[in-house]
Amino acid sequence: MVSLRNFRGAGVYPYERKASTRNKRIWNAAIPGVAVVPFLQHDGAPALPLVHPGDRVREGMLIGSASGGTSARVHSPIPGVVREIRTVQLAGGTASLAAVIELDGEFDQLGKVPHVSEWDHLSPDTLRALILEYGVVGMGDSGTPTHLKFEPRSGETLEWFVLNGVECEPYLAADHRLMVEKAAELLEAVRIARKILAPRRVAIVVDRGARDALSAIKLSLGAQDAEIRIITVSGRYPQGDEKQLVRTVAGREVPSGGTARDTGVVVCDVATMFALYEAIVLHKPVMERIVTVSGAAVRRPGNLKVRLGTPISDLILECGGFVEQPARIIIGGPMMGLGVYDVSTPVTKATRGVLALTAGEIGDSPRTSCIQCGSCMRACPMGLDPTRLYKLIDHRQYSDAVDIGLMDCSECGACGYVCPAHIPLVEGLKTGKQYAVDLPAKKQERM
Amino acid sequence: MSTANQQESSPKLEVTGAPQFHDRTSTARVMWSVVLCLLPATAWGVAVFGPHAAAVLAVAIAVSVFLELLIDRVGAKSASIARTATVRDGSAVLTGLLIGMSMPPEVPLFIPAAASAFAIVVVKWTFGGLGSNWMNPALAGRVFVFFSWTGAMTRWTMPSTLVAGGARPLPDVLSGATPLGLVKTHLSGTGPIDVLRQLGFPQSRTDIQVTSWINGHLLDRLGAHLPGGYIDPFIGNVPGSIGEVSALLLLLGSVFMFGRRIIRWEIPSSYFLSFALLTWIFGGVRYHAGYFTGDVLFQILTGGFMLALFYMATDPVTSPMSSSGMLIYGIGVGSFTFLIRTYGSYPEGVALAIIFMNIFVPLIDKLTAPRRYGARTGREARVANQRSGATSEESI
Repeated sequence: MVSLRNFRGAGVYPYERKASTRNKRIWNAAIPGVAVVPFLQHDGAPALPLVHPGDRVREGMLIGSASGGTSARVHSPIPGVVREIRTVQLAGGTASLAAVIELDGEFDQLGKVPHVSEWDHLSPDTLRALILEYGVVGMGDSGTPTHLKFEPRSGETLEWFVLNGVECEPYLAADHRLMVEKAAELLEAVRIARKILAPRRVAIVVDRGARDALSAIKLSLGAQDAEIRIITVSGRYPQGDEKQLVRTVAGREVPSGGTARDTGVVVCDVATMFALYEAIVLHKPVMERIVTVSGAAVRRPGNLKVRLGTPISDLILECGGFVEQPARIIIGGPMMGLGVYDVSTPVTKATRGVLALTAGEIGDSPRTSCIQCGSCMRACPMGLDPTRLYKLIDHRQYSDAVDIGLMDCSECGACGYVCPAHIPLVEGLKTGKQYAVDLPAKKQERM
Repeated sequence: MSTANQQESSPKLEVTGAPQFHDRTSTARVMWSVVLCLLPATAWGVAVFGPHAAAVLAVAIAVSVFLELLIDRVGAKSASIARTATVRDGSAVLTGLLIGMSMPPEVPLFIPAAASAFAIVVVKWTFGGLGSNWMNPALAGRVFVFFSWTGAMTRWTMPSTLVAGGARPLPDVLSGATPLGLVKTHLSGTGPIDVLRQLGFPQSRTDIQVTSWINGHLLDRLGAHLPGGYIDPFIGNVPGSIGEVSALLLLLGSVFMFGRRIIRWEIPSSYFLSFALLTWIFGGVRYHAGYFTGDVLFQILTGGFMLALFYMATDPVTSPMSSSGMLIYGIGVGSFTFLIRTYGSYPEGVALAIIFMNIFVPLIDKLTAPRRYGARTGREARVANQRSGATSEESI
């Protein structure tokens, strides 16, 4: 069953710019000579390093253990020798410890025929244990460890499981390619998720423009998938945001401050589900991911299967290097992605794309005063008034900003994208959130 | 790796917050586009009213830009309103141009200067400059000089095209009046066009020819008939303000603005429809023709309606932000324009109607604020508040 829906009002239609990547087959990037593997590649606490300088590691060997609470395991993406454990900067300036591994020795999995394991007889708890064991985390933006996302809640009948195939960020095509090339594997992953979560209904949501992905998925549907609904959505941004998908698919809204799970919905993106398939069926830890390398500054944009820890400069070189000097290099999509200072920044589980944008495609303009046009308000998918929030934060009235919904801001970037005055609304709101969170703590200290 | 090395490898990488790219709009692009769209109608005004019209426009723009620059320089020194080069955003040029366009062609030059000064200094900058003013600066400037020098602001000249086209010399009653002014003071007729004809208001040869062509080729087949006298105000063959007379060229500019998404559809459509509807229903009553007989075409083609509809009511700064708010605002402006034009003591009502509705914009914005995603219902919100209050007490 295919039906078209989308969320009401709001949102924007940013330039898509996927033409240079969406029809390019995934190719294997070169194995890095040195992999820099951060121990923080997910939401929550960093993994605890289990290796020391001088240690020899095998491909896929556990090198960081989940540190309890919200955390996830980290595995070595290549065989080799640990040269050092040092602090690196990730996109956006987050610091993390990382193992610097120099390639050496034999691969255990690369180039070998994978052993396919049966999973039908395994219990949900065993399946979740495998997900934890192989380090599967949200590989879209969230980074939530998947074993926690799939944790049962007592007394809950889960209403929906949703495979999020809406890659609404411009430029990116990694998920799209996975759907086209690995539809059967993704459907297998959906079946595994059904077994673990036992949802009442299952949906696969795809952009209506992604016809090739849609037909690939339909071709792979088996007899046991009769209940899976395929929903197509229009290309409005941010349709792929979890909260917008809950509204589109389940017709409910996530209460302010809550998560999709609170409304009985679990949403997982394509890259995560592919990793889950590899973990359960192939017993393969998360060691690689698909990364879209694009932007007008890149000579041959494409979709690469990359070992984690590969510096992004390697990917750009693999894509023919720069045609012109980029103004910004971004990890992620252009709407929510973060700039990097340094092209040696490594690929992590959450790296969906590496974009080298020229000044021309950024479309920057001098900042002016707010002209009260309301574009930001009409664009906000959360129904907020970004310009008013920005002014309140500017005047340090953080609690007033919280009252009109500051904490609901999903930082999707729609407001900043359309603002004719080029006011850094998202940056302002992010800062405001930080202050608003710190505020009660500081008050307490003074008392 | 040393930091020097990093800097060498990527000399000019900028790192900013998301989003990392932007659509093609900017404040300057919006303002300059509007200026561009106004140029055809402005050029027409200069062509038919002569060099003094050009001088009026030049003075209005020059004073506006000069004062903007001056305040910008002074402001840049005081830290409180430190802004730089606000002239480049084009808003001062636009304000000056709109003031010039809404002036009578033969007005003494100190009047546009005063209007621009009032607009920029009092209306725009006392509230903090671009984006902070609650009232449309150009309209405020125009209204200010209208009430200060009403005599000079209501002396009109015939366009050269009409003088050349119309053979007869003008009767006294017609010199120095606009079509709207004439129909305001004379009621002996079946409608506004009939009033003008009875008064001997000139009709250009173009009007006669185009009207007969339209009737002959288009309307006769449909069983309709267009009386003469509408083509002149449509193309701009009437006395009036420099930039307001040519409905055609203003309409043309608006097509470009809609096409490039400089303006949105809500305000022009609700303004137009509410004004047209009210005029159609009640406009004929004063001619004892009963309801539903108003001359909509005459009302929308004359005076400053077209200029206000697309270029002034749509000013983002002084209009509401939400879609529904814009519709309400447009209906308000349309209704007040109708009320002032039909029942008020002034022939023209667009400027006052827009300024009047400017006052309501904050209220409209408040009433039409978007519904927040996932907002709890009133009762739930109260419970949540109590809970958060309790926890903070506990922590103390």
